[in-house]
Amino acid sequence: MKKIKPTKVLLHVVLVAFAIVQIYPLLFLAFFSLKDNNEIYSGNVMGLPKEFHWSNYENALFNANVGHYLLNSIFVTLIVIVVSDILACMVSYAIARMRVKANRFVKPFFSIGLMIPLHAVLLPVFIMLRNLKMLDTYQAIIVPYIAFALPMAIFFMIGFFQVLPMELEESAFLDGCGIFRTFFTIILPLVKPALATISIFTFLSTWNEMMFAITFINSEKYRTLTVGIMQMVGQYTTDWGTMGAGLVVATLPTVVIYLLFSNQVQSGMVAGAVKG
Amino acid sequence: MQKMLGNKKAYWIFVIPALVIYLVMAFVPIAMSGYYSTMQWDGIGEKIFIGISNYLKLLKDEAFLLSARNSLILAVASIVGQLIPALFFALVLARNVKGEKIYRTIYFIPVLLSTVVIGQLFLKIYNPDYGALNAILKSFGFKGQDWLGDKRFVLASSFFPIVWQYIGYHMLILYTGIKSVPSDIYEAAQIDGANERQMAFHVTIPLIKSTMKVSLTFAVIGSLKLFDLIWVLTKGGPLHASEVPSTLMYTSIFSRMEYGIGSAMAIFIVLECLIFYFLIEKLFKVENITY
Repeated sequence: MKKIKPTKVLLHVVLVAFAIVQIYPLLFLAFFSLKDNNEIYSGNVMGLPKEFHWSNYENALFNANVGHYLLNSIFVTLIVIVVSDILACMVSYAIARMRVKANRFVKPFFSIGLMIPLHAVLLPVFIMLRNLKMLDTYQAIIVPYIAFALPMAIFFMIGFFQVLPMELEESAFLDGCGIFRTFFTIILPLVKPALATISIFTFLSTWNEMMFAITFINSEKYRTLTVGIMQMVGQYTTDWGTMGAGLVVATLPTVVIYLLFSNQVQSGMVAGAVKG
Repeated sequence: MQKMLGNKKAYWIFVIPALVIYLVMAFVPIAMSGYYSTMQWDGIGEKIFIGISNYLKLLKDEAFLLSARNSLILAVASIVGQLIPALFFALVLARNVKGEKIYRTIYFIPVLLSTVVIGQLFLKIYNPDYGALNAILKSFGFKGQDWLGDKRFVLASSFFPIVWQYIGYHMLILYTGIKSVPSDIYEAAQIDGANERQMAFHVTIPLIKSTMKVSLTFAVIGSLKLFDLIWVLTKGGPLHASEVPSTLMYTSIFSRMEYGIGSAMAIFIVLECLIFYFLIEKLFKVENITY
């Protein structure tokens, strides 16, 4: 029988303890989303709910409109992902493959973009949107989100195109296939794995973005989850269960995607970091 | 081939849509921020050019100086509170511990959560009357505190969730760095009789210095830019005690309608990030190791 070393046991105790620290706040959230105020105020803040109050979810989704915010978030995020993926693919293909002099300034142009924080553009974009009467519309957040998803996506895609072998394109060109047809029918299908990675990255940053959303969006109709939840706070501060249910609804899509694609999510987020 | 890939028209068709969106949404606005920062302007009336007065005012503004100090404290707290545990767990997990993948998956979860959600969650944890933290303290016979309303605690209480949320992120960055070290290097060290601790300090850490620099840069720049969580938890209060430059910028612009001075703060944040970025580049010059 193998001897179990005490240091090894201690190590696993530390690992498990840290796992609890990381996951407990989420469990705490799931628990209180199913409690009613009586239970919380009478002292059971942290533990499992005694009774499961699913009505909290009904209340959050329909009365507090979280269902509507969820649909808005899905709509906005999908458009941002699709458009920024296509645009990023086109640019990075041109930068990585084509030999045109303008490349010398187009590439650094987008690299600088990696360093621009959203704060620096908040007020000017706000004024721009106000002048164009575009505040409080879907476009008000979709367009800036696309813009700020681009540098990262382009950076990642260029790296991918640079290691993609050229034979397929060469033979397509020899067969008389034009550059656009080659791009859409030969290249795009080849970059699917890279697209998955940048889509996940864009999904997370768009889904969770707050500063633009709370500034550019106000009316009920266009609120995404981040805005909606910030607005819910005033009305539902004392209603823990409904608030908790709203937070769970806002979090669930991310957690589900993570559990399904945990490897891609992890590598996508690391790729985002290593951009430097 | 050359004809295809040297096709200028095709090139611009590929590049222009993204270029235009990016120019209009990022580059032009930055220039505008710089321009507004030299003006006295309430957003409605006339703009009055006042040169660098806004910046000079900032240097004498107590609330702003406090906010800048707070963000530097956060940067230090992040380096200590995120990078050290992250490095520890990355080193342990990269050494083929049982359950490696499960631990990695769990540790990373907080990174994915929206700051709004984390903020609301911690509002409930810190709630002075019914919050989880005070419930724990009371069960051990201690007195509960008003964690976000008391000037003595607010900074630590609002920084804790930020530091906590990104430990898993840094762990994963460092873990990936460690995993890219070829295993024959470890085998060689093992043959030479190195134990786990010696291997970590004399083999792994020197080899992942460039990854550690990425983490360091992220921790520092992220702290200087922080907005979301403070906004959700305290909006910078009470009495500016938890203010950071970006929250002060936000209230200057959208509550006090001081567009000029708010823009000066925005430019300050950008410059501060750039300065720290290059400072870290210079101070920790490491050559890239290729295997």
